[in-house]
Amino acid sequence: MTDPARAAGLSPEFLRSGTSSFLDFAALVAPNVLPSSRTATPTLLSAGDLAPHGTTIVAATFPGGVVMAGDRRATMGNVIAQRDIEKVFPADEFSMIGIAGAAGIAVEMVGLFQVELEHYEKLEGAPLSLVGKANRLATMIRANLGLAMQGLMVIPLFAGWDVAAEEGRIFSYDATGGRYEEHAFFSVGSGSVFARGSLKKLYRPDLDPTEATMAVLQALYDAADDDSATGGPDLARGIFPVVMITTVDGVQRVAEGQIAQMVAQLVAGRQQRPDGPGAPLR
Amino acid sequence: MSMPFYVAPEQQMKDRADYARKGIGRGRSVVVLHYADGILFVAENRSQALHKVSEIYDRIGFAAVGRYNEFENLRTAGIRYADLRGYSYDRTDVTGRGLANAYAQLLGTIFSSGGEKPYEVEIVVAELGVTPGLDQIYRLTYDGSVGDEQDFAVMGGSAEVITEKVRQGFRPGLGLAQATRLAVAALAADGGATAAPREIGVESLEVAILDRNRVLPRKFRRIRGDRLAALLSDSIDPNDPGREAPAQLVSEAAAPEVRLGPGPAAGTPADPGS
Repeated sequence: MTDPARAAGLSPEFLRSGTSSFLDFAALVAPNVLPSSRTATPTLLSAGDLAPHGTTIVAATFPGGVVMAGDRRATMGNVIAQRDIEKVFPADEFSMIGIAGAAGIAVEMVGLFQVELEHYEKLEGAPLSLVGKANRLATMIRANLGLAMQGLMVIPLFAGWDVAAEEGRIFSYDATGGRYEEHAFFSVGSGSVFARGSLKKLYRPDLDPTEATMAVLQALYDAADDDSATGGPDLARGIFPVVMITTVDGVQRVAEGQIAQMVAQLVAGRQQRPDGPGAPLR
Repeated sequence: MSMPFYVAPEQQMKDRADYARKGIGRGRSVVVLHYADGILFVAENRSQALHKVSEIYDRIGFAAVGRYNEFENLRTAGIRYADLRGYSYDRTDVTGRGLANAYAQLLGTIFSSGGEKPYEVEIVVAELGVTPGLDQIYRLTYDGSVGDEQDFAVMGGSAEVITEKVRQGFRPGLGLAQATRLAVAALAADGGATAAPREIGVESLEVAILDRNRVLPRKFRRIRGDRLAALLSDSIDPNDPGREAPAQLVSEAAAPEVRLGPGPAAGTPADPGS
């Protein structure tokens, strides 16, 4: 006898209680739609050159929130694959995610992560805690390890407002799914070394949101200055970094007009002093 | 050796229907109706945690009466169905009609299969269309039959009396406050025309809307506490749409824009207009 529920289109898995995770559920009924279903072919060749790569993401906390910014470039080898890609997304109402690495898989992972958080919230009637969200993301990255070893690495940066602790927090990841909490500021991607060096000098814990935004814009500029894969502000086309802030009011994208003004101010400053603002020596 | 009794199929179906109806009839009722800016759900529910009304997807809401564990199962299945479909295709490809069909198949199969007891539930799947003309309220019963309801749907214990009461007061384009009051008055009048209407307090009401005016993709939101009390009190303008500011959830890169000012961010509300 065939199972009546299976014949009806909503198979018994749909009715089974237990998991509130979309990822676990999809792995059960439709594993083919998940990014982790891609099996890496056993070969010594790298697949890294096949797909565009996103580059630099920076994040910094300030009293009352956290800001995240990403440049707009995706590269494929020495070619600029896209000059207006967006790599910073709201994950849910109180958290945001920025992605570096293989762009296609990363964007897919962000979509899956957004559904995962929304799915949990709808089923449980309450959102996950910020650390809970960060841990779910770690699980997804772990599932991508096979592809990461062939060059299709995805390294996200996750940040959000911790409703319970009432502070902005930043989490970074490695390719094996390791999750690390970062304090004050952090950066991922090919230009991250330069961005972090820049933030080290510019960051202060008492920055206000506007100053923190300026600091991350400066850091992205410094990353683009020294890393060929990171895009600087494109003044001719009017393409500027995507900046989002998360505060007690939730995730908000900083208006493009304001970013344009801040970038203009930044560039004017760099014309006087190309290496950017200096930090006091002592 | 015992001989199984022969029961005519007609009788069998009738028994099962009676069984399901009895279960549904015991519960408090739910009213779902169109209002000026979307679809309104009003349920009498003493629990603030065990919901009768829920969000399924961006533009789809769910309401149920009957046995809690059974409609909770259906709600879970609906959210999984919608999220899986939306993730595999696109958010716009999740439709209320598709969901109603899946539910109908499931309920119908369970009702007519001899093995399981029929579900003692009645549910509404309501979908906000792109334009008000495309808003839909599907009502599904325990046997899997689907009705495409005009104007409003009433389910639960005293559905007939309440339906009559809503019909008297309903007209297209009711404001949110008017529509809510109509639904609450109808729920309170479940004793029939002769009995005095009961008093239903804010704490035993569950109210939610699919709000067309919401900017974010997820249109479902609950109205409770002071907001609900204000909506029901006569002191406010009955045509006040009663918008609630806080956003529920942002998805698909639809973050609201903000312009930053100097000073700490905590507690300073964003002003997107400046």
